[in-house]
Amino acid sequence: MKIIVCIKQVPDTAEVRINPETNTLIRDGVPSIINPFDLHAIEAGLHLKSELGGTVTVLTMGPPQAEDALREAISMGADEAVLLTDRAFAGSDTLATAYTMSSAVRTIGFDIILCGKQAIDGDTAQVGPEMAEFLNIPHVAYVGKFEEINAGMLRVQRLMDEGYDVVETSVPVLLTVVKELNQPRLPSLKGKMKAKKSVIKKLTHPDIGTEEKNLGLAGSPTQVKNIFAPEAKKDRKVLTGTPGEQAAQLIEELKSLKCI
Amino acid sequence: MRIVVDNKLCTGCETCLSSCPYDAIVLKDDKAFINEYCQLCRACLEVCPEGAIKEIETGVGVEDTTDRDSFRGVWVFAEQRDGRIADVSFELLGAGRRLADAREAGLSAVLFGADNSEAERLIHWGADRVYHSEAPVFEHFNDEPYVELLSRLISEHRPEILLTGATPTGRSFFPRVAARVGTGLTADCTSLEIDSETGNLLQVRPAFGGNIMATILCPYRRPQMATVRPRVMKKGQYDKTGTGEILKIKADDIQSKTRVTETIKEVSETMVNLQEADVIVAGGRGLGKIEGFQMLQELAGLLGGAIGASRAAVDEEWIPYSHQVGQTGKTVCPKIYIACGISGAVQHLVGMQSSDIIIAINKNPDAPIFNVANYAIVGDVYEVLPVIIQKLKEVKGI
Repeated sequence: MKIIVCIKQVPDTAEVRINPETNTLIRDGVPSIINPFDLHAIEAGLHLKSELGGTVTVLTMGPPQAEDALREAISMGADEAVLLTDRAFAGSDTLATAYTMSSAVRTIGFDIILCGKQAIDGDTAQVGPEMAEFLNIPHVAYVGKFEEINAGMLRVQRLMDEGYDVVETSVPVLLTVVKELNQPRLPSLKGKMKAKKSVIKKLTHPDIGTEEKNLGLAGSPTQVKNIFAPEAKKDRKVLTGTPGEQAAQLIEELKSLKCI
Repeated sequence: MRIVVDNKLCTGCETCLSSCPYDAIVLKDDKAFINEYCQLCRACLEVCPEGAIKEIETGVGVEDTTDRDSFRGVWVFAEQRDGRIADVSFELLGAGRRLADAREAGLSAVLFGADNSEAERLIHWGADRVYHSEAPVFEHFNDEPYVELLSRLISEHRPEILLTGATPTGRSFFPRVAARVGTGLTADCTSLEIDSETGNLLQVRPAFGGNIMATILCPYRRPQMATVRPRVMKKGQYDKTGTGEILKIKADDIQSKTRVTETIKEVSETMVNLQEADVIVAGGRGLGKIEGFQMLQELAGLLGGAIGASRAAVDEEWIPYSHQVGQTGKTVCPKIYIACGISGAVQHLVGMQSSDIIIAINKNPDAPIFNVANYAIVGDVYEVLPVIIQKLKEVKGI
């Protein structure tokens, strides 16, 4: 069973702050981490390998320093790691990213592809399903539990807004996973040693047979027009004074609005 | 837009290098250079002492591969579960009507599964036309049949704009449709407008973990596709006498490699409470400790409200995730939202800013939560709230 886990190295957005005057992000020592949902995808890959045998390959598209994320995945137990890196990938939106990733996955060979449900910096949840479309295989999103695992068929729970669906799918398949699926293991000492010594395989545009017109900025239908902070409400009332006075004003306002 | 370094101004001081969360700035020939890993987050803009890093407008993007003008009309894909159309579909018909009017075009809905009376409801909520398939393959949600039939309809009828709810269903199959027809898709939009000059759809969504908003365009490909969060758009006018046509679509040849064997309903009490409550009292990092939520509970009890929380408070494990409001939690729209010790990261704001009345209590006068507040109280939650609770008790004669 050839299992591929797609991961992304992201800035820890929970640590990112905004400068309110300039509307710019303040990095201020924000660490780069493996996208938290992807840790659950790695764990799922290792679990599937233990049930079905085979290998777990982690794949990421990014700058050379994304190697750190791949090595961390190896230290958790992944067998090998592939870094997809090329200047031609510059400015990819989700469609171009999915096209590129799916081309790489096809080059590597696959049975089951796992992704986190979304990346915390973009939160789009689009690359996984789009990859499945490019690969012409089924996908199940928001997988929260494995009910049955066979080489040819998986039965999983797909989390919905109000409960879950039990879904059976043939293999090959792409799954995107949620945090409820499992508890990601911590890297072992042995794993860390292995990660240090591992050679990260690098793939570029010519290696994966991609067409240039579908890559990077040229292959990205969406564009960022501008970025801004939300504007202030115009009818805002500032309640001033001692805490007692502030509270009294608020109660009066709520009374006049017939809220209490 | 792109971010570039003005080589004439750059002194090669390296100050900007560490400001980039994506390590996309490198030194090249003693000048800063922004490479292909730039994600347009703008963290570097203000750190340059020379002002050498600039934002520029660009027109770069995919070539015009589709005959743009042959695409007309706004479509709303209406999600149904167990034969009932989800509310977000009616909200999108409200938004869709506005966009269709701006483009002087028609508004259509697409419905897979459910019966004819549900299709009629889409007309009552404003659709001029409904493409409806009652094929048995749509009894449950499976991605492939949805993708197949919607893609066929797009190829045949060429809508200019295509919207659906940013629900687990919409977020699962819409990306595949976008990939199939080769167009762009913007996730989780909170605002949609037509650019009066170009006619393009301006799609606003939170970016960078919800720290800031971005306007996204899909200028050269059609349709322009977006998912929209539930409870963000206002429903249009319901008109029981509204008329329109319902076109029945055949899908007998469509199959699925996935199969839903069971659908289980499991709704936690907090979820229901949060989304139906008229009043939500929410706490954030500023509460400083788990005990703060007891005080919020008391206030919520007096107002008959529910308890919400920011991601920070949930991350601190002061309160379970089911209470989380925001981009990665629930979107809520109560009559009164009381934010206590919540700074107001965009990630939180997008989940509550359509509340009717927002009351914010925060120590920091510059906290972004005050930008969306109707009533701003700058002060310590632990000094203000007890007085509010006391006075409410007096009003209620407790």
